[in-house]
Amino acid sequence: MLIDVHQIDDLACGAAFLGSGGGGDPYYGTLLAKAAIERLGPIPLLPLADLDDDALVVPCGWIGAPTVSVEKLPNGREAVDGLRKLEEIMGRKIGAVMPIEIGGGNGLAHLIAAAELGLPVADADGMGRAFPESQMAIFNICGLSACPSVITGADGSLRVIDTPDNLEHERIARAISIEMGGIAHMVEYPLTGRQAKDHAIAGSFSAAIAAGAAIRQARAQKADPIAALAGALAKSGLYPFCDVLIDGKIVDLQRETRDGFSVGRVIVSALTGDRTLEIEFQNENLCARERDGTVRAMVPDLISILDRETADTITTERLAFGQRVKVVAAAAPARLRESHALTLVGPAAFGFSETYVPVEILNNWENAAVV
Amino acid sequence: MRIGVDVGGTNTDAVLIDGDRVIATTKGATTADVSSGVSAAIERVLADAAVLPEEILWVMIGTTQFTNALVERDRLDRVGVLRLASPSGDALPPMTAWPRDLIERIGGRYYMLPGGFEVDGREIAPIDEHRIRVAARELRDDGIRSIAISSAFSPIDPAMELRAAAIVAEEHHEARISLSHEIGRLGLVERENGVILNAALMSLAATVVASFERAIDQLGLTAPLFISQNDGTLIPADRARRYPVVTMASGPTNSMRGAAYLTGAKDAIVVDVGGTTCDIGVLVGGFPRESSISVDVGGVRTNFRMPDILAVGLGGGSRVHFDPAAESGVRIGPDSVGYRIVEEGQLFGGKTLTASDIAALCGRVGFGDPSRILPLPEAMRDAAWARIEAMVAEGVDRMKTTATDCDVIAVGGGEFLVGENIPGVARVLRPANAAVANAVGAAIAQIGGHVEQVVDYDVESRDEALARLSGIAIGQVVSNGGDVASARIVDIDEVFLSYLPGRSAQVRIRAVGDLALVQSKDKEKVALGNAD
Repeated sequence: MLIDVHQIDDLACGAAFLGSGGGGDPYYGTLLAKAAIERLGPIPLLPLADLDDDALVVPCGWIGAPTVSVEKLPNGREAVDGLRKLEEIMGRKIGAVMPIEIGGGNGLAHLIAAAELGLPVADADGMGRAFPESQMAIFNICGLSACPSVITGADGSLRVIDTPDNLEHERIARAISIEMGGIAHMVEYPLTGRQAKDHAIAGSFSAAIAAGAAIRQARAQKADPIAALAGALAKSGLYPFCDVLIDGKIVDLQRETRDGFSVGRVIVSALTGDRTLEIEFQNENLCARERDGTVRAMVPDLISILDRETADTITTERLAFGQRVKVVAAAAPARLRESHALTLVGPAAFGFSETYVPVEILNNWENAAVV
Repeated sequence: MRIGVDVGGTNTDAVLIDGDRVIATTKGATTADVSSGVSAAIERVLADAAVLPEEILWVMIGTTQFTNALVERDRLDRVGVLRLASPSGDALPPMTAWPRDLIERIGGRYYMLPGGFEVDGREIAPIDEHRIRVAARELRDDGIRSIAISSAFSPIDPAMELRAAAIVAEEHHEARISLSHEIGRLGLVERENGVILNAALMSLAATVVASFERAIDQLGLTAPLFISQNDGTLIPADRARRYPVVTMASGPTNSMRGAAYLTGAKDAIVVDVGGTTCDIGVLVGGFPRESSISVDVGGVRTNFRMPDILAVGLGGGSRVHFDPAAESGVRIGPDSVGYRIVEEGQLFGGKTLTASDIAALCGRVGFGDPSRILPLPEAMRDAAWARIEAMVAEGVDRMKTTATDCDVIAVGGGEFLVGENIPGVARVLRPANAAVANAVGAAIAQIGGHVEQVVDYDVESRDEALARLSGIAIGQVVSNGGDVASARIVDIDEVFLSYLPGRSAQVRIRAVGDLALVQSKDKEKVALGNAD
């Protein structure tokens, strides 16, 4: 399969949903990817199974502040510079790239490098959604090393990180990104084809495209875009359950910054007026609760807030009082729900005291879906 | 006393206000030269109120001329763009993703030059004065006079844009320079898009503002002229000449502000019914709720502060179709006879059944002659009216933000299409002079000021930062012609930034103030004050 210009908007729409409120606005990534494909031609998309076991497969993505990224725009060669340096360090050619996280703008970040270097994109990613920090990637959960890792800036500056400790890698990378002006490109967790097959979230890239396409087609046919989205996600096999938690309006929104994260909560009141749902976020939406405290969805399951007319995802930094929204939850890929993964990306990792319960059990969707 | 004028595509409306009383109103046709329509409207309100030109202290005009020019790709200048941010942004050149016909129309010339700032104030690259000079000379030699300059993080530090403008002016004496930090918020692509559109409007702005000034001069008015901005506040005419793009969406804003003024309501839903569509917006604290999504202008993505408006295809001139395929057997619009309703509408003896005719049959319309409407079975009349009511109700419901009942204010020439029974609505208010609410909104507007910066509260305390930025916003109100004593902060918006050291927040502060008493000879002073 080839990734062509006309799939980029679908990909951006699907990636925004999988961002679960985070990952930044994919708009600029969309422009960059389209320009690269128009100039250099379509990009091959490879199923993980088609990778050679000894191929070098490299996850890519932007690290930094979304607010800075809309002002300090990419030069365009950051990813290429980083990948070339990695090839030099590893002494071998890269066989394929993938997004470190499929959610939000990073779901498109690797496309410009793939086009420039003539590399295929592996149909997978490292998170199955968006998470705030690098060590939340499935590759860390599986015990792989983030290094060697290369960070590059718009001005051509480049830094190599080499440390056995993935948490330290995240801290160093964060500091370098700030030094480079608050936004930088990072290649990390270099994998063999075998490791990619064993550990990456397989199929998430094509799932994002399918989700976006489903929303677009439903809009065109005046059908329910969220039902179409749920159908496409279920069909992907990665996100087996997806449904609306509440249909309403934003009646309260509070934000603050804590330890470099944008944290806050938003309250959505049902259009029928009989219910409210509170969503807590830390860059990404993390937990949705009824007024009486009953939890309806929690991380790592996905919680996205969508415009109720267009089904466009509204990222947490763009939430505003009065918006008319549907809050949609989706089951996370099974790999993120395993007990070892939950210690790194489950409720406890974000400071919640609740034990993780899958969204389909919290909402009794399971029985309905068996039909 | 003050005069407010709204120059729409079809109508030019004017009102004369004394203190807080509307003492004369008029509705006339917009003329091809604009000027004669404006002067006729002002002349009529002066005559009706028996007021002398010298008694008028201020004239305010809201206009859709600039929006129409951008949408129709008409009367636009060729533009040269200088962006100071390289090597950042080289992958996204100016005008990326613009409609091709618009790029062709304005020439698509750009220079990506070194410069710009980081979020923490460091330079991305030093400014290259020589390359700016070369660019300015090339544009001069090619006869391109409208120049747009953008630079990374210029809303926080405009120094490079200002320096580049000075260099361009030295090399290119006829250059008319637009600077991105003067109009936009953070988001380089959207802000730059806005300033390029602005540059494309320079010749038209000069013509339009001059035609307004001519209209006023001809009548012997010496009052200073102000133009309505998108957010419902005013800027001096000279600033509108340089930054016309900030006045583009003033129409719906003025209607809503006028509706608030005429009813005294602060929180309500405004339904402004025109000939072809009705615009539904939400008043919060007397001001329109702003749209939170990026706004496309003529196919170009911008980040202007625009009111959140839902346009519904229902107006006084909307055609009525009895269509068995439609859900309720009847469909209203979206096609409309528009301003030709006075010839084509049945209550004026025409042949087309319009929404106004249905309202007239229901006894809701005070003009025309309902006896001329062709016979229509009662059931069909009722079905059509029910459909009109449903369209209004659906639109109001989509814009409502609370489950409790709200008030609706019906304004515009077609306000009679808003029925009394709207689910979830407590009262439908129909103020006197509802038909000219937009001109009232222009007339009562205040002077605005606006500042946006990124602040690190670990470096500057929150209180100090908010006080400093409030001072800047108030200073803008004063330099735009506002009265310092009445100037006040109306909105503080803080968004905390993730992944930055310290406690950084993006802070936006908006201030408004009443118009200061300024004699016309001080116009120059007012304009000079804008430079900071």
